[in-house]
Amino acid sequence: MTDAASALPVGSVDRRASGWYGVLCLIATESALFVYLLFSYYYSAVQLPPTWTPEPHPSFAYSLPATIAMLLSSAAVWWSTRSLHGRALGAHRLGLAFAIILGLIFFAFEGLEWASKPYMLSSNLYSSLFFTITGFDLAHLAIGIVGLCAVLIWSLLGYLDYRRESPTVIMAAYWHFVTAVWIAIFFTLYITPYFR
Amino acid sequence: MTFQVERVPHAGTATPSFRQRLEHIWETEPGVAGFFSTVDHKKIGIRYIITAFIFLAAGGIEALILRLQLARPNQNLLAPEQYDQLFSTHGMTMIFLYALPVLSGFSNYLWPLILGARDMAFPRVNALSYWLYVASGIFMYVGFFMGAGPNDGWFNYVPYANRTYNPGLSMDFYSLGMVFLGISTTVGAANFVVTFLRLRAPGMSINRLPVMTWGTLTASAANLLVVPSVSLAFFMLWLDRNFGTHFFDVSKGGQPLLWQHLFWIFGHPWVYALVLPAMGMVSEGLPVFCRRPLVGYSAVVLATLATMTLGFGVWVHHMFATGLPNLAMSFFSGISLIITIPSAVTVFCWTATIWTGRPVITTAFLFFASTIILFVIGGVSGFMTGSVPADWQLNDTYFVVAHIHYVLLGINVFPVCGALYYWFPKMTGRLLDERLGQWNFWTMFVGFNLAFLPMHLTGLLGMPRRIYTYPAGVGWDTLNMITTIGAFILAVGVLLLFINVVTSLIGGALAGANPWDAPTLEWSVPSPPPPYNFAVLPKVASRYPLWESRLQASRGASSVTEGALLDHERETFGVTPLDGEPDIILKMPFDSYAPFVLTVGTTAIFVGLLLHRHLWPLAIVGAVIAAASLLAWLWPERRLGQTVEAAP
Repeated sequence: MTDAASALPVGSVDRRASGWYGVLCLIATESALFVYLLFSYYYSAVQLPPTWTPEPHPSFAYSLPATIAMLLSSAAVWWSTRSLHGRALGAHRLGLAFAIILGLIFFAFEGLEWASKPYMLSSNLYSSLFFTITGFDLAHLAIGIVGLCAVLIWSLLGYLDYRRESPTVIMAAYWHFVTAVWIAIFFTLYITPYFR
Repeated sequence: MTFQVERVPHAGTATPSFRQRLEHIWETEPGVAGFFSTVDHKKIGIRYIITAFIFLAAGGIEALILRLQLARPNQNLLAPEQYDQLFSTHGMTMIFLYALPVLSGFSNYLWPLILGARDMAFPRVNALSYWLYVASGIFMYVGFFMGAGPNDGWFNYVPYANRTYNPGLSMDFYSLGMVFLGISTTVGAANFVVTFLRLRAPGMSINRLPVMTWGTLTASAANLLVVPSVSLAFFMLWLDRNFGTHFFDVSKGGQPLLWQHLFWIFGHPWVYALVLPAMGMVSEGLPVFCRRPLVGYSAVVLATLATMTLGFGVWVHHMFATGLPNLAMSFFSGISLIITIPSAVTVFCWTATIWTGRPVITTAFLFFASTIILFVIGGVSGFMTGSVPADWQLNDTYFVVAHIHYVLLGINVFPVCGALYYWFPKMTGRLLDERLGQWNFWTMFVGFNLAFLPMHLTGLLGMPRRIYTYPAGVGWDTLNMITTIGAFILAVGVLLLFINVVTSLIGGALAGANPWDAPTLEWSVPSPPPPYNFAVLPKVASRYPLWESRLQASRGASSVTEGALLDHERETFGVTPLDGEPDIILKMPFDSYAPFVLTVGTTAIFVGLLLHRHLWPLAIVGAVIAAASLLAWLWPERRLGQTVEAAP
């Protein structure tokens, strides 16, 4: 403490809150989890003949709209965070609500995607990987939706403003991470089959 | 109490009434309530250490039974399946339930004290990681006592672990238990990383951090990245066994080698995670008994970081005999040989510290110094198996068993015993007995080397690992008998340690604040420390705050008696990671039942998953309990400075 007279913030503020560092650790370890999941996919893909996938090019019918919903929900969270910093509480809450709805839309598209597949979890190696990878993503998404709802409730209860913003900032980081994970999964499962 | 968003931290010295007030703010409620709700890192650290030592004793007893079976050829003390479960449970216990948790215990106890903070960054997470560790340990041991312990070695290779070859609950207990334990390890690791970055005394810049913290930091950072690998592998195995997936099922295109990759991507960095914090303890404690600062602080820190970084690139040396391409093997063999260089740097720094110091031969010194010898022996045998042709000869023989025991006892158990002799007075206020300590050390040292040095020869003579008995007259009889005798002498040594702990707790000499005349912050507070650690937050101006008056090179003006008085409820500083300048006053949480309830919920989830054919609703109930306790935990609280302040 070189300057004993300077005032310091007390409690949770901006990116100095311990929770911010905590979510960075969470993102690091969860990213590693998805790296290993995708590693398992690529490892199997290089070890086996191209016929290992039941369908040569998985359909974009549901996965593409799901991807768009996911990207839009991340944008909504970004707008919500920005509004909070700009002290626009209404826009902040609206952004959270949009993000939740878009997250649910993603969930619905993924449900349709699962239902449309002619195989089940136990059909073959590819199906095991497909449902496990997307299942892990959906589990992370479900936790994210519960988290966004909690932040929205806290905002409605008047807990948050531009100074006490940590829950929003932390939840936003997690949500953008879930979006990034989905992009990696989408690229792996739907795009890389075209590279063969 | 009024609550501001900003405050000037007042500086001053601690008066008795001020200390009393802090005591009132920080103390844990007595009795059962306090037991389940405490978040005090000192209580949690000691619990961690005691629990880990209980597992050490259990794993030790298992080892002694194994050694009785192997003492002579053609013995029938254990049936093959019993032998398999015992050696696998021995590995699981020592590697997962003793070796890392004991280091986490010491770090949990010591970190805030050596860093000059009042607690860890996430005190409730600290409690959570302990409860999860205990619960997962009990979970796996319930399996063992039901006759369903792991039976495929600690690394649990498929296809033997698949349901076809391994029916029953053994593998299900082990796979779910490992996922369970992985949560504990991960949240604990995150806590160390954030504490290292943020919770230190003002002025403790990155070059003034006590050297011990670097070991735990690198291990924790690595754990964050590699634990998911093994958790995923075990989860996939569990899916294969219970839901008909085909990750490791060859008949449907599954890849048995994928298991080995995922396991060792975790497994090899994990081995470094088991030794780097312990090496940090040696770097911290050894110089105190050499009466000088550590030689080459920066070199040791960089070597620690280099070891961990290279440690991510050596996993394939466990798989040299699986028929991988030569190019891959050459690359991993190369890294496995290069990784000895940073280890050697540390060894030379320790040796130079003894050489240029004035050693005081205490029990702690003996344990720390013996680490150097054992590390060199274990390191050289590791170097040998890192070379592909040598490994093809030595793989799956007792040579590898000798190697892993030199590494894990030599650079984990021995430094931990040294650390116990060194920090026991801080934890309890009493010194461990030195005379009994010398007996303790020499018995362990002689017993250990008698058991494991000849084992290298046993391996070179071709005795394979994991066999439950062997024929007479192939040259292994005498060596195995010697190993068994050594193992029992080692066990007597460990027993002497336990006796010393118990007798010294009752009648040991009183220690005072700084019995070793050591230089770091934990020795500036009373033994045992008060619940708030530091009455005033110390100001640090050099690497050795308590040795400044006698060290010309690092003239600094640290202060442990005058500093910030943070006393509006539980508070401590958050500092900038590089410069150690305070940039926030952190509100620390109060005692809470949430970690314990969350653990109960998590346990219910895993029991439900284990018995999913009959008890799956239990997993749902567990998930609801876990989610509810997590929400309650994270709910913003005004007293913790997490919500908008109401207008007064």
